[in-house]
Amino acid sequence: MRWQQLIGPAALVATAGIVGSFFERSTEIYFINSLVALCVVVGLYVFVGNSGVLSFGHVSFVAVGAWTAGVLTVPAEEKSALLPSLFPWLAERETGNVVSLLAAAAVGAAFAALIGLPLMRLSGLAAGIATFAVLEITHNVLRYYEKIGPGTSAFSSVPETTGLWQATIGGLVAVAVAFAYGRSRLGRLLRATREDSAAARAVGISVYRQRLWAFALSGAVAGFAGGLYVHLLPLTTEELYLNLTFLTLAMLVIGGVTSLWGAVVGALAVGGLDSFLAEAENGIGLAGQSLDLPAGSRIVVVGALMALVLIVRPSGLTGGREFRLPGPGAQAPR
Amino acid sequence: MTLVAAITWQAIADGLGLGAIYALMAVGIGLVFGVLRLVNFAYGQLVMAGAFALAVAGERGWPQWAGILLCFGVVLTLSFLMERLVFRPLRAHSPAVMLVATFAVAFLLQSIALLWFGPLGKIATSLAELNQPVRIGDVDVRKITVVAIVTAVACLAALLLLLGRTSLGLHMRAAAMDFGTARLIGVDANRVIGAAVLVSGLLAGVVAVMLTVQTPLVTPDFALRDTIVVLAGVVLGGMNRLLTATLGGFAIGFVSGVLGYALPTDQSQYLPSFLFVAVILVLLVRPGGLFARGRDAAVQRV
Repeated sequence: MRWQQLIGPAALVATAGIVGSFFERSTEIYFINSLVALCVVVGLYVFVGNSGVLSFGHVSFVAVGAWTAGVLTVPAEEKSALLPSLFPWLAERETGNVVSLLAAAAVGAAFAALIGLPLMRLSGLAAGIATFAVLEITHNVLRYYEKIGPGTSAFSSVPETTGLWQATIGGLVAVAVAFAYGRSRLGRLLRATREDSAAARAVGISVYRQRLWAFALSGAVAGFAGGLYVHLLPLTTEELYLNLTFLTLAMLVIGGVTSLWGAVVGALAVGGLDSFLAEAENGIGLAGQSLDLPAGSRIVVVGALMALVLIVRPSGLTGGREFRLPGPGAQAPR
Repeated sequence: MTLVAAITWQAIADGLGLGAIYALMAVGIGLVFGVLRLVNFAYGQLVMAGAFALAVAGERGWPQWAGILLCFGVVLTLSFLMERLVFRPLRAHSPAVMLVATFAVAFLLQSIALLWFGPLGKIATSLAELNQPVRIGDVDVRKITVVAIVTAVACLAALLLLLGRTSLGLHMRAAAMDFGTARLIGVDANRVIGAAVLVSGLLAGVVAVMLTVQTPLVTPDFALRDTIVVLAGVVLGGMNRLLTATLGGFAIGFVSGVLGYALPTDQSQYLPSFLFVAVILVLLVRPGGLFARGRDAAVQRV
């Protein structure tokens, strides 16, 4: 059954949510963080995994989504004090939680489609550099353009609605969207271009158009993740820049770029490890031993792990395969 | 126009100094790209490591020459390790995989520095006297600007000799043109790549020394900004050839130096945006780079 490819990742996301609910708030926050990062990684997977083209730019869609949802939900009466330079038509608006998330996804998709129009002609190294340039531009503009957001200061007074439930449901939505796309005609066409772009073109697939669809859809998922993120903590542009780009790419690469299962496993495994190390930086007791790591060890471990996976097992922990229940009834992959 | 009036000889001198340093970084990135098709994101972290070596040596009260020696030692060791542990096992993979790998190495080195030296960093003071101005005509130029320009020219001349006059240089040029064919006619891949990485490391050492004079505060993200800008410059100039890459690096250093000096802050803060819009435009319209000759090989596209 092809449905196992949805059930596996979805069950893992739900398990993370349920397990997280047994912990108190200080630990629960790690689960929420990992689940929001998972949404970004799934968004990244929709494009990178299916097309085989690298993108360093997806965090800019996360940032745009976060800015959208943030600006829309700051209470209107506080806007004149918190965001004084805002465009008037933005300053008057105030929407609820769900609407702001949908708006974040829509703006993320529109932004990605607009950028994809010229950029999807590139592939390989050029695509990597161009998407990196997009990240730089977005970061630079959001940082200084105060008519659309808080500029260099943090996004305060955004309702903190992203609790464990919202994060879990968000993760499930992202996984379902990625699965539906992967099963759809468009997803199959794009994967055909990934496997052999010459053969795909020979049977009449427009590589450009298929990549553009995926780019816009992944922009929507990333923008949605940004919306979840801004409802979680007061963000600044610096949180939506190189570190998040690195962390989410590492999650995808470690899990396995070419499958949804890989994206989910990678995000939760690295998220779990990262949370554990973050806790260890504060000092924890473990099986009678006290473990106290110096601040900053998290990225050392994640960076080393990512380099190691790239060298030793370039297809990632899952080997880039989708989830499949064991047993005699299971079909061969693909 | 006020902008033209604001471009003084002072601004031009600053621009030349920055351009010289960026040109050296561009050569360091371009050399490795030539033989490996690898964009080394971690190049700035090599410079950062060298800068920390200088700062530590200064703190311990070592003489200047010992500090510079330590700086080169650290940078070359790291380059060697990077080549052996990361570039060599990944050589057969696609450029995109190698790009991600160097991205990981960059973060690894940066967070090791964070772990070791803390986020506030250290101050490298041993070469501070180079910051004092000398008068040329009626312009005050910092000594380091002159030193940077002279050193850059000397390094580029030495590199030209290496590439043009030695058999190793011939091998490197052949490998940059067509690695497969070069190997078929007896070019030793490991030797050529090792040499390119080490020369690029040497240049990173030189850059580390000069950047620490300009900005003595060494933090874990030291040279990160510069590397990103130089990468943009290398793409703008044309990364397929060393000469165009170098020109691109110099041009972007010169332009950001001059404009950073001449523009008011509320305009110069958007400078990176314009820079990267230019990068995207060049990649789309003229993928060989601005300075490339018409028929240079284009990047892949669909």
